[in-house]
Amino acid sequence: MSTRLATGGRLLNKSKALSFSFNGTTLKGFEGDTLASALLANDRVLMGRSFKYHRPRGVVASGSEEPNGLVQMGEGGKFEPNQRVTTTELFEGLKAKSQNHWPSLEYDVGALNAKLSRFMPAGFYYKMFIHPRSFWKHVYEPIIRHAAGLGAAPKATDRDADTYEHFYAFCDVLVIGGGVAGLQAAKAAAASGAKVIVAEQTAHLGGRAVVDGGTIDGQTAEDFVTAITAELEAMDNVTIRTRMMGAGVYDHGYVLGYERLKDHAPEMAGPRHRLWRIRAAQTITATGAIERPLSFAGNDIPGVMLASAIRDYVVNYGVSSGDRTVVVTNNDDAYRTAIALKHAGLDVPAIIDARPAGDDSDLIARAKALGIRVMMGHGIATVQGGKRVTGVEICAQAGEGAVLEEIACDAVAMSGGWSPVVHLWSHCGGKLTWDESQASFRPDPNRPPLGDKGQGFVSVAGAANGETTLAAILADATDCGKEAAKAAGFKAKATKAPVAEDAVERALLPVWLMPQGAGYKLRSKAWLDYQNDVKVSDVQLAAQEGFTSVEHAKRYTTLGMATDQGKLSNINGLAILSDSLNQPIPQTGTTTFRPPYTPISMGSIGGEARGDVFQPIRRTPMYDWHEANGADWEPVGQWRRPYAYVQSGETVHDAVMRETKNTRENLGLLDASTLGKIIVKGPDAGKFLDMLYTNMMSTLKVGKCRYGLMCSENGFLIDDGVVARIDDETFLCHTTTGGAETIHGHMEEWLQTEWWDWNVYVANVTEQYAQVAVVGPKARKALEALGGMDLSADAFGFMEWQDGSLGGFDVRAYRISFSGELSYEIAVPASQGQAFWDALMAVGADLGVMPYGTECLHILRAEKGFIMIGDETDGTVIPQDLGLNWAISKKKTDFLGKRAQQREHMVSDQRWKLVGLETIDKSTLPDGAYAVGEGTNANGQRVMIGRVTSSYHSPNLERGIAMGLVLHGPDRMGEVITFPGTDGKDYEAKIVSPVFYDPEGEKPNV
Amino acid sequence: MSNLISALDKATDNSGIAKIEEIGLQGMITLRGDLSKAAVKKAATSVTGVEMPTLGHANHDGASGLCWMSTDELLVLCPYDQVADTLAKMHTALGKAHALAVDVSDARASLRVSGPNAREVMAKLAPVDLSPEAFKPGMFRRTRMAQVAAAFWMVDDATFQIVCFRSNAQYVFDLLKVAAQNGSEVGFFK
Repeated sequence: MSTRLATGGRLLNKSKALSFSFNGTTLKGFEGDTLASALLANDRVLMGRSFKYHRPRGVVASGSEEPNGLVQMGEGGKFEPNQRVTTTELFEGLKAKSQNHWPSLEYDVGALNAKLSRFMPAGFYYKMFIHPRSFWKHVYEPIIRHAAGLGAAPKATDRDADTYEHFYAFCDVLVIGGGVAGLQAAKAAAASGAKVIVAEQTAHLGGRAVVDGGTIDGQTAEDFVTAITAELEAMDNVTIRTRMMGAGVYDHGYVLGYERLKDHAPEMAGPRHRLWRIRAAQTITATGAIERPLSFAGNDIPGVMLASAIRDYVVNYGVSSGDRTVVVTNNDDAYRTAIALKHAGLDVPAIIDARPAGDDSDLIARAKALGIRVMMGHGIATVQGGKRVTGVEICAQAGEGAVLEEIACDAVAMSGGWSPVVHLWSHCGGKLTWDESQASFRPDPNRPPLGDKGQGFVSVAGAANGETTLAAILADATDCGKEAAKAAGFKAKATKAPVAEDAVERALLPVWLMPQGAGYKLRSKAWLDYQNDVKVSDVQLAAQEGFTSVEHAKRYTTLGMATDQGKLSNINGLAILSDSLNQPIPQTGTTTFRPPYTPISMGSIGGEARGDVFQPIRRTPMYDWHEANGADWEPVGQWRRPYAYVQSGETVHDAVMRETKNTRENLGLLDASTLGKIIVKGPDAGKFLDMLYTNMMSTLKVGKCRYGLMCSENGFLIDDGVVARIDDETFLCHTTTGGAETIHGHMEEWLQTEWWDWNVYVANVTEQYAQVAVVGPKARKALEALGGMDLSADAFGFMEWQDGSLGGFDVRAYRISFSGELSYEIAVPASQGQAFWDALMAVGADLGVMPYGTECLHILRAEKGFIMIGDETDGTVIPQDLGLNWAISKKKTDFLGKRAQQREHMVSDQRWKLVGLETIDKSTLPDGAYAVGEGTNANGQRVMIGRVTSSYHSPNLERGIAMGLVLHGPDRMGEVITFPGTDGKDYEAKIVSPVFYDPEGEKPNV
Repeated sequence: MSNLISALDKATDNSGIAKIEEIGLQGMITLRGDLSKAAVKKAATSVTGVEMPTLGHANHDGASGLCWMSTDELLVLCPYDQVADTLAKMHTALGKAHALAVDVSDARASLRVSGPNAREVMAKLAPVDLSPEAFKPGMFRRTRMAQVAAAFWMVDDATFQIVCFRSNAQYVFDLLKVAAQNGSEVGFFK
């Protein structure tokens, strides 16, 4: 059984016991435990089930590479699935549940899949579920979705109770990894004065060296780490962050650091995760190496673990993974585990070493001296046991698996060698080279990720760089730190590499399959990818079926596609693939390493953007008044505009109808502040506007306004609005609400890139003004009541503007109308907007004043046949389609869009044109509905002859009115066409003029 | 006028690790022109009493100042009640030179973040190197804060003054409150 030892556990605070629960059972651990070590201490070896076959799974590793130990953590707003037990620090009250099983972890019905595994090889889903086609969606997918999957998704009604944030940091040298290599590289870099950040993903510095032993400058690795950490912490130019993972390396030295602030202490105040967005001139990845499993039958049975992990649990946490541990290896490093176990008083019945007998290295000799039986040239034929290892069957590595001996044990420590963690080096294009002696890919220093000047901006130190001895690791790290400082523009100081000593090791023997000649039966039980249930036989089958590219084989078999992204399985899998394809491993290559290194929380990616600040909401100066007066809000870009002001007892529709009638009969106020206002000034301003608008603006007289259309260079209508000439050199261009920023940008683009020699400056002054549309037959009366300007028709004509004073406010008044009523738009400085609005409401009280919202605005303009950018236009509509030829200058030699509008397709008589549409029964046409003609098109669909662009119920006309684009529309006045609705009903509408209300235009002309 | 209301009517928040305030109305004039021209320089410096700023810098004297916005744009600061006078003086100084000077005081909101953690609070929102050695009083940045445009400078070593669009004032204020939440000290700037 696995249990807590009486001694050991360098990371534990044994004076502080913690209680936690697993699947509802309360268990005990210590401060300093991970959830994995605490579960093992309580003999909870079985932690989960695999994805496909629901095989029993126990923890196999001790760090972020763990594929098996995934649990659901927390409840309600703190619930989170798929958390790795090996990287979850224990805290008081932690609640974890195993996942992917039913009805329980111990008895899982889904495990039947495993019995059927012979019938579910690689590509099974692709082959099985393709016929008949319709079955996939309705039969297969729902069943598979139910059976497969890891943890449950959080409940839709639960909201994450935590907060998250981003942090922008800049440094000269970023060191990822706080092992001895990272710390030494940081020291060498920092000596130059460079600003250094060290990021370590775990809570502890020192990495593997503190467990694996060796001496550095005559001290233990642990003492060395303590000393160098103190040294670094004392430096002003060094920042060390633990619990911060280097998640991804991107272009231009951009690196994401994922800091887990309180996963280990959820009761703390502050954000849970912080995503560091770091710009580093140079990044050093000192990310160490990951031990590889060996591929033998039954290597997935709980109790079979990486040798280094078993060692970590003993040394760091004082936990034995079993009483009797068989070590199986192809290298010397695993002997350290056997020795550590022996020192902890545990039994090691044998070390099974696949290498042929030869000279004993230091470690082999030490193991033998401890009385451990060493079996050279041997391998494991199969592991016995179900939910727990009970023993191993030993065979010759060179053979086909004939059992020579059975050894009873309850744990197996395996080591297939070490693979440098090259992920971060590779994220941004760093290339790899195959190291024959270590049988691993290592970074190729000649092909680093390149920065803006073609310089390498990532370098690798220590074990991540393929170094294997403590001395070489520290020498490499020292050089790397100095070089990085130099590359970041600093003068490196002479820093001596520490002198390190550790055991001299015998060379490793690449072993990709154990035994070498294992038959199908053994191969189909030799796991490569634990989480996704990919076995040696699956990869071989993929190769046989023609999946020769490693990227294809990966997707076909799902090798390395689980949440661990193949940290353990990748190299073993592609070695098997290479062997099947009879090609060397480097020729097969690796799959692509993509960020993040391990999954990061969605919350950290969103950062602060949630709740109130999920998105900016732009508010006009009168926002609070609207809110207090029943505004039903409509998002318009990032603005919130009142759609209607709903009074008590009204529906939103009632309110819209009331506002629409009242504005035509009495007085309406609209908050028009959001409309874009752009100042265009300079000697060439007129020339510039003549190019931007389709009509002539340069001839506009000072004091006058003119409606204008703007097209893109492709001829399509992009914006419209009223232009006022302020003085000889100055115009004020109104744009649509959504167009303010884009049209400002459009103007700047043309001025900066094409007409840079024209003397024009533009400024976006949209928000300088609160603008109120005062609309209706009583508009003049209301403004006269404020007093201060002569508003008579003679003194202030239609399409004119004047600066003046109204009710003591300095205003700029425009007599313009988007409603067909007598109407003024009054601009005041934004900080007086609310006061001005209040004044208008006061003088309007006797005149039947009501504020109105955007829907009323829409109905009023539709009654008049005025187009709306975004309704009548959709990026494919030209002014000619809308009957706006009157606003297209024929005199101008050029304007943006002119040439495009002469293209064959643009002048075709087949273009749909704007008309009004009146339903026969006065109902309202469905917005966006299509009109159908005779016959079908080449695809067998009904022929379309038009579509509705705007549709409303008009309370003034007491009927539905609509505008639409219809084939030959203006030539078909009076014809009735049919619009099938999505409700199954056919709507009949007569083609009419788009001007429904006051066609003579008498109402505003008073 | 007595009816002037700034975007957030001088709201303040002191519940987190930094103090956040909307500081009321500040006179602001956008000046666009060739910044090397004598008339443009004179229009800017004569009304503010400060030197022309260099790239990425701002020169201040109380409520007056000049901020470098781009190669052909300055933000001219003056007391809110002196904007009209200032503009008139600038137009006189500009004479016939091609330039654009326009009042944008009401289009903007001004906020301050202060306290020992002010740098960190700002560094959570703006992609700018705000370490004490990189960003100092006298410097000026036109950048973004989370999802909106903003510009800022340091009034002193522990106080940032932020300019954003008036419509975004509440968003920026709320952002700062989130960034200054208790327990969120980073401890990066030494």
